[in-house]
Amino acid sequence: MTASSTSSPPLPAAIDQARAALDAHAVETVQWHFHESTGCPFWLDKKNELNFDPLTEIRGFDDLKKFPEFQDEWLRGGPVRRWVPRGLGDKPVYVFETGGTTGTPKSRIACEDFRTDYSLFSDTLPDKHFPPGSNWLMLGPSGPRRLRLAVEHLAQHRGGICFCIDLDPRWVIKCLKKGWIDHANEYKKHCIDQAITILTSGHDVRCMFGTPKLIEALCLQLEERGTSLAEVGITGIFSGGTEFTPQWTKFCVEELFGGPPEESGIYMTPTYGNTLMGLACSEPVTAANAYKITYHAPQPRAVVEVVDFDDTDRVVGYGETGRTKLTTLTKEFFVPGFLERDEGEREPPHALYPWDGVSGVRPFSRLEGGTTVGVY
Amino acid sequence: MIELKSIRWGVPYESLDIDEVNHFYTGEPVARVHTVGGGIIQRDAKNARNARRALQAIPPAELVDRLKKAGQLFESATLPVGDTQQSPDDFIAQQSATTGMPVAMCRANVVKNAFVLKNIDRILECLTRGLSLEILARGYGDEGRGVTVSYQAQCDALGAVLPSNSPGVHTLWLPVIALQMGLVLKPGSSEPWTPYRVFAAMVEAGIPAEAFCLYNGAGGDIGGAILSSCRRSMIFGGPQTVAQYAGNEKVQVHGPGFSKVLLGDDCVDDWETHVDLLVDSVYRNGGRSCLNASSVYASRHTKEIAEAMAAKLGPIEVLPPDNPDAGLAAFTIEGAAQAIWKSIENDARASGVTHMTEPYGDRLVDRPPVAYLRPVVLHHASHESETRNKEQMFPMVNVVACPQDKMLTAIGPTLICSAITNDEAFRRDLVNSIDIDRLNLGPVPTPQVDWLQPHEGNLIEFLYRSRALQVAG
Repeated sequence: MTASSTSSPPLPAAIDQARAALDAHAVETVQWHFHESTGCPFWLDKKNELNFDPLTEIRGFDDLKKFPEFQDEWLRGGPVRRWVPRGLGDKPVYVFETGGTTGTPKSRIACEDFRTDYSLFSDTLPDKHFPPGSNWLMLGPSGPRRLRLAVEHLAQHRGGICFCIDLDPRWVIKCLKKGWIDHANEYKKHCIDQAITILTSGHDVRCMFGTPKLIEALCLQLEERGTSLAEVGITGIFSGGTEFTPQWTKFCVEELFGGPPEESGIYMTPTYGNTLMGLACSEPVTAANAYKITYHAPQPRAVVEVVDFDDTDRVVGYGETGRTKLTTLTKEFFVPGFLERDEGEREPPHALYPWDGVSGVRPFSRLEGGTTVGVY
Repeated sequence: MIELKSIRWGVPYESLDIDEVNHFYTGEPVARVHTVGGGIIQRDAKNARNARRALQAIPPAELVDRLKKAGQLFESATLPVGDTQQSPDDFIAQQSATTGMPVAMCRANVVKNAFVLKNIDRILECLTRGLSLEILARGYGDEGRGVTVSYQAQCDALGAVLPSNSPGVHTLWLPVIALQMGLVLKPGSSEPWTPYRVFAAMVEAGIPAEAFCLYNGAGGDIGGAILSSCRRSMIFGGPQTVAQYAGNEKVQVHGPGFSKVLLGDDCVDDWETHVDLLVDSVYRNGGRSCLNASSVYASRHTKEIAEAMAAKLGPIEVLPPDNPDAGLAAFTIEGAAQAIWKSIENDARASGVTHMTEPYGDRLVDRPPVAYLRPVVLHHASHESETRNKEQMFPMVNVVACPQDKMLTAIGPTLICSAITNDEAFRRDLVNSIDIDRLNLGPVPTPQVDWLQPHEGNLIEFLYRSRALQVAG
């Protein structure tokens, strides 16, 4: 399956098949997390508070609504071992964090999930623009985040080597909150300078991950130096986040890259995800569809639903606006119904992804002001 | 509904991000504005030189003539604005509709902006202290004393991050085009009207469109991009913004005025003759401007002065914006008026502070989804009162009892000081005070601005650097 596949709607049979796989996977995941021999201390403990038995009463994905709303506060503080399933007790465990500018960050454990997620994502990348064997640049936050390891794995999975430039978003947010705009800009410049050094040092870097702000800054700085992303050899980019809007894509493609992939040679694909979920992929984004960005979660490992703002168990109609709700269903991590700090429009299944999607992802309007976006 | 595209060096830009600008009261959309991100601004900034070149191709005297014509067009012509033809009345109605400002106030601002354009030659003469524009255009010349003078332009285009709440501030950037520099503007989110109409009038008058950028969008992102990519910018904001850019030679920051009227000991016994002037200083233009007085200082009779001002200001009622007598503007940001009122109530509870307008009924007027604040007069029995110089975005004044010899230490930063005194020694001290920007000696209302004098920092000094230039014999 590649991102250049058809955009025609999926066959009803494909939708049914995907749904059946999701139901089966949901049951299997719950069995794993709530069985004494395999579950993690957190969920085994939580089981005692439930008014139903997950082992016998979860018979499909919809039954997950029986669980109370997942509180992200549960992820703050330790001991972190309470999240490690007994069934994975002998595996090396990573911990990844999200947030943490102030107070205790949310943390999740992982063993192989990030590799699996990015291997699956790799299958959606067109080889023409992400040539197997070529090297990568990871330009974004590393530190306690999974991103660096995940992108590095993606590069290795595709036979390449990954160069990494770190940017600490917690420091950037601190600078912005203190009004140290010049500091924040200098720090960004410091990152971009390092990236340009790598890109112009003969390392055959063809692919890269970058946050929207950093891709933009990189292109502008290259332009300032009389060159361009295409000239330094980049052919494939993936990026992500709520800053990755249709308008930003239009600006990037038409002005920073110099045209669509067939003219500029650069293909860029958006992704949507976070530490709790895998990586949601996008339908192909083109000028013909006004650079509309529609994400589909990596089902059945993760599900994104667009739900009513007030009745969060109710999925809104196609084209309607709602809050994004994540469900993560892997052996390493079980999150039933986590309400994200984002909203968007529900989209119908796509040929490449025969299940619901979400478009127009942006910060949740009722929480706006509480989130600092686009800092790196 | 009018559609306003961002303008990139004269070229309208079709964005995929469109915001609606709504009627302050009904919520009905009045305009659709195409917004852009900071990257576009940074990229466009690299072409600022072209804006200057286009303007340099026109002699300064010709630019001045075209700006004068633009002033007439701004005031009285129907102009192509966005995708519509906009008459002066349309403009005033649209501005009032989205800002909540009374129609009469919007109309007064049209006259003010048009005056600056129509008198741009006189204003420039004052700003340059009589220096020929040809010398600025050429970069050097002989001023007439047989000595070469040279002024180095510090930017190709001036950036300006404009406010939504004070359409009067546009007079500050209007002269820039005559100096052969482009304009990079971020219109206020609810007041895109003035920048777009000025742009339309100037282009109609023959100013090259490629001299202008008008960017709509999120304040932080776009404002930051303008300030970081223009070598000279002006920004309007609150005390926090002022503090943030203090000492930054690239940014001229315009914040609260903390303007004041001081009654000298030699005149204070005649305070009754000045009450109308005091009230006018507080109330004109809805009390929203940095020109409005926020404090009145006197050594005696302050309670009576406050009472007399309260008697005139206190009864003022909220009127519909199209009522010619309407003088109060709505607070359109949800909760803003309530928060301000809470803070004033808190200030009024302090020892020595008295709320003098209390007998005239409730000050906070809720008219969901907006709210108003009726004028407030607070009396401060001591010049040590912590809140004596507080400024608010509505007619609110602190009448402060303060010995004359303590006034200049108590007033703090003051954009406009009207000092009613004939005491020469006091006048000398006032002239020497570094806290005072514009000084009015004698009974001049604080909002009465002589636009032929530099206001809030001299634009020429901000945009040019005087330097040496020698030409070999």
